[in-house]
Amino acid sequence: MGFATSVSDPVLRKAVVLGIAVGLYGVSFGVLAVTAGLSVWQAVGLSTLVFAGSSQFAAVGVIAAGGGPLAAVASGLLLNTRMAAFGLALAPVLTGRLPRRLLASHLLIDESAAMALAESDLRAKRRAFWFTGVSVFVFWNAATIFGALAGSLLGDPRTLGLDAAFPAGFLALLGPMLHHRAARLSALAGAVVALGLLPFTPPGVPILAASAGVLAGYWVANGDDPGDDPGDHLGTLSGPGE
Amino acid sequence: MSWLAIVALAVGTFALKGVGPVLAGGRQMPAVLNRVVALLPAALLAGLVAVQTFGDGQTLTVDGRTVGVLVAAVAVVLRAPFIVVVVLAMAAAALVRGLG
Repeated sequence: MGFATSVSDPVLRKAVVLGIAVGLYGVSFGVLAVTAGLSVWQAVGLSTLVFAGSSQFAAVGVIAAGGGPLAAVASGLLLNTRMAAFGLALAPVLTGRLPRRLLASHLLIDESAAMALAESDLRAKRRAFWFTGVSVFVFWNAATIFGALAGSLLGDPRTLGLDAAFPAGFLALLGPMLHHRAARLSALAGAVVALGLLPFTPPGVPILAASAGVLAGYWVANGDDPGDDPGDHLGTLSGPGE
Repeated sequence: MSWLAIVALAVGTFALKGVGPVLAGGRQMPAVLNRVVALLPAALLAGLVAVQTFGDGQTLTVDGRTVGVLVAAVAVVLRAPFIVVVVLAMAAAALVRGLG
């Protein structure tokens, strides 16, 4: 990651770090897709047209397990329902003319959303979103091609500890948001709801249901935080930053 | 997997991703909704972290990855830079798996 650390802009640096980490996963997605019987072009098609890592893995996983295309599409879509929630949280940030908002929609993924939400002012949020979205798009697709062509020559990314990289990165983005009691309660309730539902619901539902955590935060914060100007709603949670 | 399935997944995903930016983008929302939406990132990110830390399909599990995220949590509390948090988590997870 020498290149990543040599980039001076901190937001751009994080965007590149995330792109590389996602890219390593993209390689294994390419491998898995081809192993499941997809052509190289279909693997790349999923990465460019769908561009949602977890749902691509889910769809291909269903196919690999012998499931039909309908089940594959349904499980992929279920995992992406959280994008509607992330999109709503980012609606004040992703403004502009329609073509720009359409492009923003396509680049909306966990990483770009998390990076944007972690910044405190509007301009920084926009930069974080676009840098991360483009960086991950480039690395994810390049890696998919590489993985699909390399086939099954590569090993399990878990031996590198890569599966810990994503929750760790998201935790680093979440940390600075927790200065406010309402946000801490929302986060705690969201995590509890997600883990509580995980054994009983299809994949994708727990993370979406974590949205309900806001009720705990709202319940407590309502009227107890008079300095919290609703007009400054996106800046209030991020605190002073790192 | 047919191209029809790929396109269906792509169109459906795009519709979900577009709910915020395309339908709600730039519009003034009621203050109550603003306050709820402002708390969404913390709740969603926490849900994401929890599921990615303990989830393995539909079972909850504790393994090398969990240790990696715990190490990351300590690093976050100590205000370590982003890349340090991520690299420490990966190293701890890989180490635990190597020993196990």
